[in-house]
Amino acid sequence: MEVVKGVDWQKPLPEPDPLYSVFWEAAGEGRLLYQLCPNCGHRQFYPRPLCLACGADPEWAEASGVGEVYTYTVVRQFGAPPFKDELPYVVAMIALPEGVQMLGSITDCDVDAVRIGLPVEAYAIAAGDGIGIPFWRLR
Amino acid sequence: MAARDPVIVGVGLSDYPKAPDLSAVGHHAQALQRALADCGLEKSAIDGFLSTGGMAPGDDPVTLAETLGIEHRFIDGTMVGGSSFEFHVQHAVAALRAGLCETAAITYGSDYLSRMGRALGTGGGRGGRRVGGPMQFDAPYGNSLVGAYAMVAQRHMYEFGTTSEQLAEIAVGVREYAGLNPNALYRDPIGVEDVLGSRMIADPLHKLDCCVVSDGGGALILTTEERARDLRQPAVSVLGAAGGMTHWNIHQMGDFTRSAAARCAPEAFDQAGLTPADVDVLQFYDSFTITVLMLLEDAGFCAKGEGGPYVAEGFLRRGGRHPLNTDGGGLSSCHPGMRGVFLLIESVRQLRGQAGEAQVPDCDVALAIGSGGWLSAIGAVLLGRGGNA
Repeated sequence: MEVVKGVDWQKPLPEPDPLYSVFWEAAGEGRLLYQLCPNCGHRQFYPRPLCLACGADPEWAEASGVGEVYTYTVVRQFGAPPFKDELPYVVAMIALPEGVQMLGSITDCDVDAVRIGLPVEAYAIAAGDGIGIPFWRLR
Repeated sequence: MAARDPVIVGVGLSDYPKAPDLSAVGHHAQALQRALADCGLEKSAIDGFLSTGGMAPGDDPVTLAETLGIEHRFIDGTMVGGSSFEFHVQHAVAALRAGLCETAAITYGSDYLSRMGRALGTGGGRGGRRVGGPMQFDAPYGNSLVGAYAMVAQRHMYEFGTTSEQLAEIAVGVREYAGLNPNALYRDPIGVEDVLGSRMIADPLHKLDCCVVSDGGGALILTTEERARDLRQPAVSVLGAAGGMTHWNIHQMGDFTRSAAARCAPEAFDQAGLTPADVDVLQFYDSFTITVLMLLEDAGFCAKGEGGPYVAEGFLRRGGRHPLNTDGGGLSSCHPGMRGVFLLIESVRQLRGQAGEAQVPDCDVALAIGSGGWLSAIGAVLLGRGGNA
């Protein structure tokens, strides 16, 4: 996963957290993580302190960084900057071939060209403190 | 009916849709006063109290109980968003049956329009801050409340061919009823073309696919059938009450075309020994037009995916098979942040035959379904003419 540096990040940032921070820090290094249960094989995202299926301790696994649009919207009204200044933009649920879904945003495209089922590829924006925030582009 | 069967005996609405002289707590108090006057009970009779709280200073359940002077034996502060009040009915019913209290009050109050303005649902104050918990997997992307529902609508359209025209029918029908409610925020008739011509907020939801923002509050008083016999109003029976939750954050809604109503509505029908065909009026959470469509399908009024054509037949309109939101709903009348209490109050008015021009003829069974969060927590309550009616 490409990591784009030098962006002045003004959007919300995750609070440091023993569980969630692993995901954000890995994204800062170009790795997109999800959780895989060594006991039952269940895959899940966002990260949890236990396997949602069997209750065992999940482990981290690295996703391929591709996916497809499960559903999306084009946000055309939003009250707060910096989002207000970027309207219209795409918010989408991305289905990963690994079997998990992630909420994200598809950038660098004509917002009216986005459709359910289109293939997308992840990249990350370095947001400071070694953290990366995953985004998606049409493939 | 058995002596301890729970019934609704009193309902009250506070001033709406705009009441700048009332705080959130003021709405709770006024609605409670009116509900007590409605049934003729003294406030001292209340020994069970249920409220959500947490949205404004002083409106948490324990502070409210103190402010309102309710010495409760039973208290419940369940907060699952706009459907909380349907869950409260479920809990009050269980408490009354078990003898944990004899008379329970459910109250709600909000001064959102007067204090917060009209931008709810399209964001505000989300830039540059740190976000904890699962919301951090949503917040960096500028998703809005409307956007979350829009993603549900988009998937429904993709899988089933649902159209914007069909969704608009829901807003048009509810507006027709709003025209009969002198307090409704918007009363002018609209057509499908007005909905489609209104500004796009988050594709595919237009401004008129979205609920209004208002002030308002409501209160319900429940007691046992035995105690209700000598009260002022005909009692309304709680025939069934069930709740369910599939997720909280929108990014955890595994299947964007199904809600927990698919589980809890059949449970409520089973408790009542009824089916959708027995229902005379629907009071469904209409935060957005897609919310109604999802609840309609999941509650079994039509097959999954057939909500669009069903709505286009006019079944939800005035004079239709299952008239919807006879007070003008959240889409046109009043939506102060959490609307579930109004669904119950309008159901009671219909079952008592007190709905005026909006009265549904021979109304014996009403179904209120609330939706909290992002189609996350669904509560279904079946009410019927009963008790001493």
